[in-house]
Amino acid sequence: MIFEGTAHKYGRDVDTDVIIPARYLNTHDPGELAAHCMEDIDRDFIGRVQPGDIIVADENFGCGSSREQAPVAIKAAGVSCVVAASFARIFYRNAINIGLPILVCPEAAVGVENGDRLRVDLDKGEVVNLTRETMYQADRFPEFMQEIVMAGGLMKHVKKRKQSGGANA
Amino acid sequence: MARPMTITEKILARACAQEEVRAGDFVNARLDLALANDITAPLAIQEFEAAGMTRVWDPEKVVLVCDHFVPNKDIKSAEQAKLVREFARRQGLTNFYDVGRMGIEHVILPEKGLVVPGDVVIGADSHTCTYGALGAFATGVGSTDLAAGMATGEVWLRVPETVRFNYEGEPGRYVTGKDYILYTIGLIGVDGALYQAMEFCGSAIKALSMDGRFTMCNMAIEAGGKNGIVEPDAITEEYCRGRALREPVMMKSDEGAQYERVIDIDVGSIELQVAKPHLPSNSVPASELADLKIDQVVIGSCTNGRIEDLRMAAEVLKGRKVHPDVRAIVFPGSQLVYQQAMREGLVDVFIDAEVAVSTPTCGPCLGGHMGILADGERCVSTTNRNFVGRMGHTGSEVYLAGPYVAAATAIAGTVAVPEEVLA
Repeated sequence: MIFEGTAHKYGRDVDTDVIIPARYLNTHDPGELAAHCMEDIDRDFIGRVQPGDIIVADENFGCGSSREQAPVAIKAAGVSCVVAASFARIFYRNAINIGLPILVCPEAAVGVENGDRLRVDLDKGEVVNLTRETMYQADRFPEFMQEIVMAGGLMKHVKKRKQSGGANA
Repeated sequence: MARPMTITEKILARACAQEEVRAGDFVNARLDLALANDITAPLAIQEFEAAGMTRVWDPEKVVLVCDHFVPNKDIKSAEQAKLVREFARRQGLTNFYDVGRMGIEHVILPEKGLVVPGDVVIGADSHTCTYGALGAFATGVGSTDLAAGMATGEVWLRVPETVRFNYEGEPGRYVTGKDYILYTIGLIGVDGALYQAMEFCGSAIKALSMDGRFTMCNMAIEAGGKNGIVEPDAITEEYCRGRALREPVMMKSDEGAQYERVIDIDVGSIELQVAKPHLPSNSVPASELADLKIDQVVIGSCTNGRIEDLRMAAEVLKGRKVHPDVRAIVFPGSQLVYQQAMREGLVDVFIDAEVAVSTPTCGPCLGGHMGILADGERCVSTTNRNFVGRMGHTGSEVYLAGPYVAAATAIAGTVAVPEEVLA
């Protein structure tokens, strides 16, 4: 999978409360959640973001609450991929589970500036900065997680395993 | 003979029926309990049903608690809670807790004996790590992981490396588990234990009450931890007696188990802590914040809403009045805690001190309802997060502290330690 889009750059410890504030958690409708995505850290984000855009951040992206509404809101806002120096663990799992592509790429977190044009090759784990003509190498998913991604998300993976008798029936 | 393992590794090895596991292994662990609340369950139910699943793996082991936006704060929240309620009925869940029977999930699950030492628990709530205080492996997940857990009774996990924290020495007067954990997060940072197990050990932990241990394990997530854990001992056994619904399996880390790091902490040097906005790692001695005016004080939550916490608050508030410029609110963590507080006369202490006492709810902690802050307002809270906008307006501020500091602050109107108001 290859994505191309404009980078929206953030610092470290972007928590899920600012990605989607709890006051909007009285719904799980992706469209409604997307309308408030990043509202408490970047009020203009939702007006600026274009389909395919890429969020780039420093360490510990998605820390705090386990709310899956956070990656859901980001995905529904049209973001194609999140690239960060590191992710908080629950956000990492949630993103994979709902099919929001993420890449761990400390080099990109350092090199990318807000507004840069990026091309991300998910299979190769490459982030190309088209604005600065640089390439950053990201970590690849462990095989175990690639299986989940290949199956199209966790529930499809579970369904497949259940049907083949692989898990507790 | 398996190689020496940490308590976390041993619990996970048992849950996947292997003689040993190592940090870094991927395992499919059998679940003893899967938990969700009124905010995370609707999404989990939607995923569960969309995948064509019809029955949960075990109606006694899927626990649903409506605690975040209940009593329903608005029509949308009411619809979400209704969805959860109807699913619980359809599935015949034995452990569904609604208004009047509920409490804050991480207070009631241990209280009802639903979690026992040796368990593997996932919860669609990041503070599920609280149950590590019982010597169980418990970790927070998202709604889809929970949906898969409800369907299969299993969860995939990467066995975490463990950081061992040795707490030694004698704590000062009024220094509690909350001060230990705020100090620790300040020391290692909000991603200081990312993906790792935080094992709390040492003589000061052996001397800590169950409620204090719950407080510490509850905040492991605020250092990025996968789980917090305390080796079960006589205090754990005493807590489990008469409430554990299953046979506890008491495990201990082996001599020679491998740790990613060992951090020694002298609790005698820990002062009463306050974590400044907007990260739980911004902890400083409370004394550094004297004169800081406070508008609201919140005492309660899954972090500090247990009976011992309310006793601490009452000890300071007894016979005194909340400062005229402060709104103080106490949220007992469960109906049982509430009732116990009434029996002990704590509720009278609070009401006499002009504190509002609320039904159990997560409400204010996450800026849901029942104590939202306006622009520019400051709150000292015994909760667990002080992120931007966490308790309301993005221009408001949350200072995290333990019940003693919170209660003293309520009286003083500025950040205070008990000695200042008890004089």
